[in-house]
Amino acid sequence: MSDQKNNDEEERISGWQSLIDNPFLLLFIGVAMPTVFYIVWGIMEIVNVPVAP
Amino acid sequence: MAEFRVCPDSGFYFHKSAESLMKVNAVVGIVALLVAGLLALGVVLTRWQEVHWLPADTFYMVLTAHGINALIFWIIFFEMAVLHFASSTLLRCRIATPKWAWAGFFLMLIGAVMNNVAVFSGASSVMMTSYVPMQAEPHFYLGIILFAVGALIQVFVFFGTLVVAQQEKTYDGSVPLVTFGAITAAIIAVFTIASGAIILIPTFLWSIGYVSHIDAEMYRVIWWGLGHSSQQINVAAHISIWYLVAGVLFGARPMSEKVSRFAFLLYIFFLQLASAHHILVDPGISTEWKIFNTSYAMYLAVLASMIHGLTIPGAIEVAQRGKGYTKGLFEWLRKAPWGNPVWSGVAISVVTFGFIGGITGVVMGTEQINLIIHNTIYVPAHFHATVVTGTTLTFMAITYLLIPVLFRRQLFLPWVAKMQPYVFGGGMTILILFMLGAGTMGVSRRHWDMDFAGAAMAFEYPAIAYTLMAVGAIGGVLGVVGGGMFLAVAVGSLLFGKKLEPSAGILESFAGKPLAASVYNIDKPEVLAMAPKLKEEHHKGFEAPGTFILAMLLLVTFVVYYFINWKYLASVWPLG
Ligand code: HEM
Ligand SMILES: [Cu+2]
Repeated sequence: MSDQKNNDEEERISGWQSLIDNPFLLLFIGVAMPTVFYIVWGIMEIVNVPVAP
Repeated sequence: MAEFRVCPDSGFYFHKSAESLMKVNAVVGIVALLVAGLLALGVVLTRWQEVHWLPADTFYMVLTAHGINALIFWIIFFEMAVLHFASSTLLRCRIATPKWAWAGFFLMLIGAVMNNVAVFSGASSVMMTSYVPMQAEPHFYLGIILFAVGALIQVFVFFGTLVVAQQEKTYDGSVPLVTFGAITAAIIAVFTIASGAIILIPTFLWSIGYVSHIDAEMYRVIWWGLGHSSQQINVAAHISIWYLVAGVLFGARPMSEKVSRFAFLLYIFFLQLASAHHILVDPGISTEWKIFNTSYAMYLAVLASMIHGLTIPGAIEVAQRGKGYTKGLFEWLRKAPWGNPVWSGVAISVVTFGFIGGITGVVMGTEQINLIIHNTIYVPAHFHATVVTGTTLTFMAITYLLIPVLFRRQLFLPWVAKMQPYVFGGGMTILILFMLGAGTMGVSRRHWDMDFAGAAMAFEYPAIAYTLMAVGAIGGVLGVVGGGMFLAVAVGSLLFGKKLEPSAGILESFAGKPLAASVYNIDKPEVLAMAPKLKEEHHKGFEAPGTFILAMLLLVTFVVYYFINWKYLASVWPLG
């Protein structure tokens, strides 16, 4: 039981660890998130504003 | 060829080329702070209506230059020094491509000077936000673009240095937490600078006539990708420094490395989306976009700040209790080195940033209650709590630590340094609190004349608003005095401070000339070992009860203040 738990813990840590230890993956995520949700979505909103007649 | 030295007092390793870059970036940053501080005097003494010092056009010019020199040039130059320190020194490795870093530095310098020339020639008083369709002179935009490109180059040198450290195996396991925080700052910087480029390059082309039209709303949305995210670089950088100072002064270890890193990870994912709070009242943008970006996403970032706010004082408390300061809830805090400006600066910064900056920020970021303070002097009050008593005061504190370590000079006028965080922090806190009050009464930001003399549509502020602005201004003057004290100590130390290393002369301090060759006598620093795993102790109670009480105090303050603001909103729209 407790062995099983320890193994799970290690698995989880190693996935998490490889994310944390890869600055370029983090850089990609950190730039992609705001680019998609803030910039791209924001521009789509503005483009959809109807032009004044 | 030996290229490293180790500081005999602190044990930090410095790579020769990295050291020079840290010095020049920090020094130029401090010069920008000097300019900004002098201009601040013009700003507050004009907003104090009874004094009303500068004429309108000069006021707007001075306010533009104050904002840009303080927020952009001072802070970002200093951050470049922080990045080189957090990579090369903390990872004990050589800096990657120092020539590129110098090129970046000079581009930043040229850009900063060019922008200042544009502003002070008087035809570019467009405020630091430079919203279109207001138009500045072309070299105003070009200056900022060059500055940004230079900063981006230095940020990539930072990433390159991480790769060098990894390949040359200068550290074991994962990078230290402080470096991880710096990585967070650098990642945010890349997005920040990219947003700036996307909008400012077309705006520059528009100013020289190549582009006929820049959409005002498009400008605002993308510009704030730069304007707000750059504040998040500051947050990540100054929080990293808090961890560093906790470690250096107290030997404190984060209560959980994993939790602290997770908090930085939340910053990387979510912090930048909060840029949307600047667009809350803009028509044409959907509520979905506003709510998603400012609420759901931002609160995850706020959670991260709460984690840091709990774990840093908590770690210090645990370390202090370990040294035997266990009486009551707060002996650990009372016995902290309050006479050491490195500590007092950081402590004041943590408190004002958390209590004032954090709480007002969450309040303003809420779409509904934002309406009662939007574009009032409440906004500058909020961000002086984040970027001045938060970031700037932290950078000042770390400067006191670095003068002996990096510049090899003793502090000049140590008694001035000892008082400085209190004068600066105290003065600015007065300015902030009273401007918050005035903003709640509706006093506008960026406004030359509270009397609206001769205006077509005037408004009469209650007399109390004038009083609040006046008291705030007195606090502001005190803040400028405190800023002057910092400059006297910092510049004085580099000029007259006792040399801790005989070759630490003027050029070495100000121009980044390396120390005598014999000082660099280490070929390869010792590999940075992983910190030993903290013992998994299972405590019955919470290890840091004092910190827990402080955190509860913050929560209660927040809840009360939040409630008051909603109440106030209801009374603005007579609802109850
Ligand atoms: C030395 C003490 C300082 C004082 C007394 C001071 C005072 C002020 C005041 C009163 C305003 C608002 C003016 C208005 O909206 O009408 C202002 C604006 C501003 N300040 Fe400061 N400040 C100080 C230092 C700083 C520092 C260190 C920073 C940044 C790190 C900073 C960044 C800004 C920015 C970005 C603005 C907004 C400019 C704009 O609206 O475009 N200030 N300052
Ligand atoms: Cu913001």
